[in-house]
Amino acid sequence: MALKLRELTQTPELIACGHRACAGCLGVNAVRQVLHAVDRPVVTTSATGCLEVTTTIYPYTAWETPFIHSAFENVAATASGIEAALKVLGDEGSIPKKAKTIAFAGDGGTYDIGLQALSGALERGHDFLYVCYNNEAYMNTGIQRSGATPYGASTTTSPAGRASLGKTQRPKNLTDIVVAHNIPYVAQASPHNWRDLATKVKKAMDKEGPAFINILAPCHRGWRYPMEEGISISKMAVDTCVWPLFEVDEGEWKLSYNPRKKPAVADWLKRQRRFEHLFKSDDPAPLETIQQAVDADWLRLLGRCGEAPKADGNATAA
Amino acid sequence: MKRDSSRVALTGNEAGALAMKQVRPDVVAGYPITPQTELMQQFAKYVADGDVATDLVLVESEHSAMSAVIGASATGVRAMTATSANGLALMWEMLYIAAGYRLPISTMLVSRSLGGPINIHCDHSDAMGMRDTGWIMLFAETAQEAYDNGIMATRIAEHDSVRTPVMTVQDGFITSHTTQVLSVLTDDQVTRFVGVYRPERSLSNFEQPMTYGSIVLPDYYMDIKRQQADAMVNAPRFIDQVSEEYAELSGRRYDPIELYRMDDAQVALVVLGSAAGTAKDAIDIMRERGVAVGLLKVRMFRPFPHVEVAEALSRTRAICVMDRSLAMGAPMGALAQDVATSLVTGRRVPPMYNAVYGLGGRDITIEDFQGVIEEAAEVAVTGAPKAAVRYVGLRGNEE
Repeated sequence: MALKLRELTQTPELIACGHRACAGCLGVNAVRQVLHAVDRPVVTTSATGCLEVTTTIYPYTAWETPFIHSAFENVAATASGIEAALKVLGDEGSIPKKAKTIAFAGDGGTYDIGLQALSGALERGHDFLYVCYNNEAYMNTGIQRSGATPYGASTTTSPAGRASLGKTQRPKNLTDIVVAHNIPYVAQASPHNWRDLATKVKKAMDKEGPAFINILAPCHRGWRYPMEEGISISKMAVDTCVWPLFEVDEGEWKLSYNPRKKPAVADWLKRQRRFEHLFKSDDPAPLETIQQAVDADWLRLLGRCGEAPKADGNATAA
Repeated sequence: MKRDSSRVALTGNEAGALAMKQVRPDVVAGYPITPQTELMQQFAKYVADGDVATDLVLVESEHSAMSAVIGASATGVRAMTATSANGLALMWEMLYIAAGYRLPISTMLVSRSLGGPINIHCDHSDAMGMRDTGWIMLFAETAQEAYDNGIMATRIAEHDSVRTPVMTVQDGFITSHTTQVLSVLTDDQVTRFVGVYRPERSLSNFEQPMTYGSIVLPDYYMDIKRQQADAMVNAPRFIDQVSEEYAELSGRRYDPIELYRMDDAQVALVVLGSAAGTAKDAIDIMRERGVAVGLLKVRMFRPFPHVEVAEALSRTRAICVMDRSLAMGAPMGALAQDVATSLVTGRRVPPMYNAVYGLGGRDITIEDFQGVIEEAAEVAVTGAPKAAVRYVGLRGNEE
């Protein structure tokens, strides 16, 4: 039976209000949604980044769970140690056996500097959930490009300029990299679709072994859209198939959402000033390149999931 | 004659692994690096044979090893690891964090040069790179000391008034790969000595959730670091208690420094680690030749026992502090710097200089030490060292 919002509202708030994330931050929103779907004792840990900085300013903490942050590149390794310790304590009966570890990191801490630790922890098969809140750049240090930053986005280290259209490389497909580890559960989620997100968290938490959820977390400071539009931006990322929702459950690919109407990616890009230079240019090639890449990825995903597109054909660049 | 089962022949690495098994850590993170590899292999065999119920996490790097151990320790269990050289260098960021979070992690370092050029043999440049990270550091001369330190480290780190990680150091290859005869305790004796570590405050206390690793800004950071520094300053008292208890159990008493023939010494050598054994032999020879020479072996390098060192050296007429690493660009090596600082805060500053030896596994022989002693004896007469830093055992003449 589908999860009801009422059920989630009755679970305790594990990220207290009063934290210092920006108004309209979808990173902390994603974390809050994840924790609302958790129904067991958890130890949480995060990489260095916005999440840690905004939730733990000493002597305050927003965490109602036990929480540890240690460094940037190692959250999966820290989680490995926590998980090993929880197993020891669970086996001896001093804590509930179902207690589990959740690791949070942004795209910098996951796609880039933390990739080795993540890969190691997944390969070792620790029983934990890793959540990437992907805001597609190093937002905590001030919007620098990362391995998750999309092609054509202007960031402070890949600025658009007279000789550059912003980031000139495509983001790596981190979710695919995680799938290649053959772990029990991998999914992509988006904060606008709370039911899908919470259902995926519940599935992930019930697995024995590593689970990974990559959540798109639009950042209005970095993406440069009005702060109240984050949920609508994330919904449109999913509708345009820029950020498809799917899961790989015990190796089975399953599409979570197949849009009936697929807006052009350019319509989504246009709402974000990190792409504004693409629309000031006379050259349509970058927008076409972006649309083609999204279309190709979408078709490949549909194939893996054994689905056909619902929207008529592929949208074209506006 | 009845065979004494407590006397065994082990390499330094095997002695370290035995100590690690006997303190029964709940979680160990392991990653191979020469010359430590054999230690973790031996420990993995103990785990595979069911001799110890440790959750052995075989990580993908030393950075992750220290990170995993930090996670486990903060969750409220006994956690350990071991490493060498570049492995320790890769952990460096996490060493500060382990100490700053006051996590009672003990780690075994099998000392090796850091390069470049790459070299896998012993020197202390790895250990010296971590001297300011906030770890207690205990150096071993022998496999026996490596074993004993390995056991005491757990008690010291977990002492409620210390709560500071401890690094035990043995010399790569020289100690780690040579078989020595040592006395060991039974598993039960060690189990009783170290007890069980289940702290009240940890990440596994779900009734009182705690945040570890907050961001601390200028309004509190300095005060927290001052508390940490105070814990280090106060640690020797508690380290001494643990040593005393260990002496009652094992018959082996360890002090922060060991003095050899220092009572009437005019000339003093100061060393860390395995070279102390060779130095003692050389001192015996030179004593027979009428040179009043003695040795100060620093066993506890952090916190540095500056009062004891100053007291022991203040009556000498020449001091040669021997460093097995370089502090590039500094006036003298790391050990010499600490000895000099100790003397300055003491009563009297005798003529003192630094001798660098044994880099990258360069052998130091009894004859080398005799040469060092002869030169130091000259300094005792002239009062003037030839140079602030001398090199022992270079190819060809130093000059």
